[in-house]
Amino acid sequence: MKTPIQFHLNGEDVAAFADGGANLLDVLREALGDLSVKGGCWQGTCGTCTVLIDGAPRLSCVTLAESCAGQSIETVAGLRRGPDLHPLQTAFMERFAAQCGYCTPGMLMAAKALLDRNPNPTRENVVDAICGNICRCTGYEPIIAAILDAASGAGRRRA
Amino acid sequence: MTVTVKTFARLTDAAGALSTERGARFLAGGTLVMRVVNEADPTITTLVRSTDPSFLNVAVSAGRIELGAGVTMAAILAERELAFLHPVARGVGGPAVREAATVGGNLFAPSPYGDFAAALLALDATLILAGGHGQRELPLEEFLGRRDRGVSLVASVAFRRPANEAFRFAKVSRVHPKGLSILSIAAHLPLASSRVSGARIAYGAMSRTAVRAKAAERALEGRSLDAAGIAPALAVAADGTAPVDDAIASAWWRREILPVHLRRLLLATGQG
Repeated sequence: MKTPIQFHLNGEDVAAFADGGANLLDVLREALGDLSVKGGCWQGTCGTCTVLIDGAPRLSCVTLAESCAGQSIETVAGLRRGPDLHPLQTAFMERFAAQCGYCTPGMLMAAKALLDRNPNPTRENVVDAICGNICRCTGYEPIIAAILDAASGAGRRRA
Repeated sequence: MTVTVKTFARLTDAAGALSTERGARFLAGGTLVMRVVNEADPTITTLVRSTDPSFLNVAVSAGRIELGAGVTMAAILAERELAFLHPVARGVGGPAVREAATVGGNLFAPSPYGDFAAALLALDATLILAGGHGQRELPLEEFLGRRDRGVSLVASVAFRRPANEAFRFAKVSRVHPKGLSILSIAAHLPLASSRVSGARIAYGAMSRTAVRAKAAERALEGRSLDAAGIAPALAVAADGTAPVDDAIASAWWRREILPVHLRRLLLATGQG
């Protein structure tokens, strides 16, 4: 049996029908067509499916979609405004922080959660913020540098 | 395969649904149960949830602390009165996991997960269980011994507030800052005239569930926390444990390093 769900996705009201027990990741991708969210493990382990729910980072693959009714969800698709990339996206590009790119959506959202709460993070803060997100390409250093770069120029725009 | 989701405003009603439906599982943060649902486990036919506000309640007084079973690790980290538990909560996954992982869920986490349960065991916590006919209490140690045989819904966890610096915790993992436990150690070490009086030590990942180090506790009684005083406890540190081989460490390795980390924890100062 499908259940109707309504929530806010990147600032817009959306509605979908979800299978009983469906996770948020599958509803975002399959019912709402937001393919910016990636699925990696469906076990809550790799972090690539990270989205923000009411501003807090959450693993969409182990989040019951029904539990998100009425909440505000942010994905990578909502980061840019028109032609302008989010400072984090620019910094990831400039620091070559994405190689295969599979972890990037989760890394960006984990980083956004950090900078929204702490605009001036230390390196230790950054490491903790992305410690639940696995990257097998970069060795993490370019990602850490990109997040610190975005923070240092964060006065330009905070989404 | 789809499952039925039932949401109840009261924990007692949720407990009633759990007890009457064979394939029902309670869903709190989802970090454990949704993994199984994603794998289409046919034994789960219903997910039971509750929006009862008491499930998320944090009650801190001078002598007693009660945490709703739905309180998340992130909520614990946001509560200054629970600073002694911050190292434990911070060791549970990354930020996204900590936003979802709950106190109650950790009690059911299979080894090598379940470090928070070890901390609660060292604090001599009592579980408040919600049943269809009201609430009852159960010592955590008793619960851990029979958790796989089915129990009522855990509504909250209560324990006495430890004295300053009496509670210590260490998590040993290969990956920092977040990694699965090779082992974890939680210790409540009340002192009387600089001597240990009534120690409780619990290990995570040293048995199928969190387990007390009763031999080490006895060996510490009346001793001072210095190298000579703790030596007898270190000699029996692994007594009563039954670690397993897994991808994180072998049982042999866990036993070998346990006294090393127990020593460091017992000799550490300024924790808590």
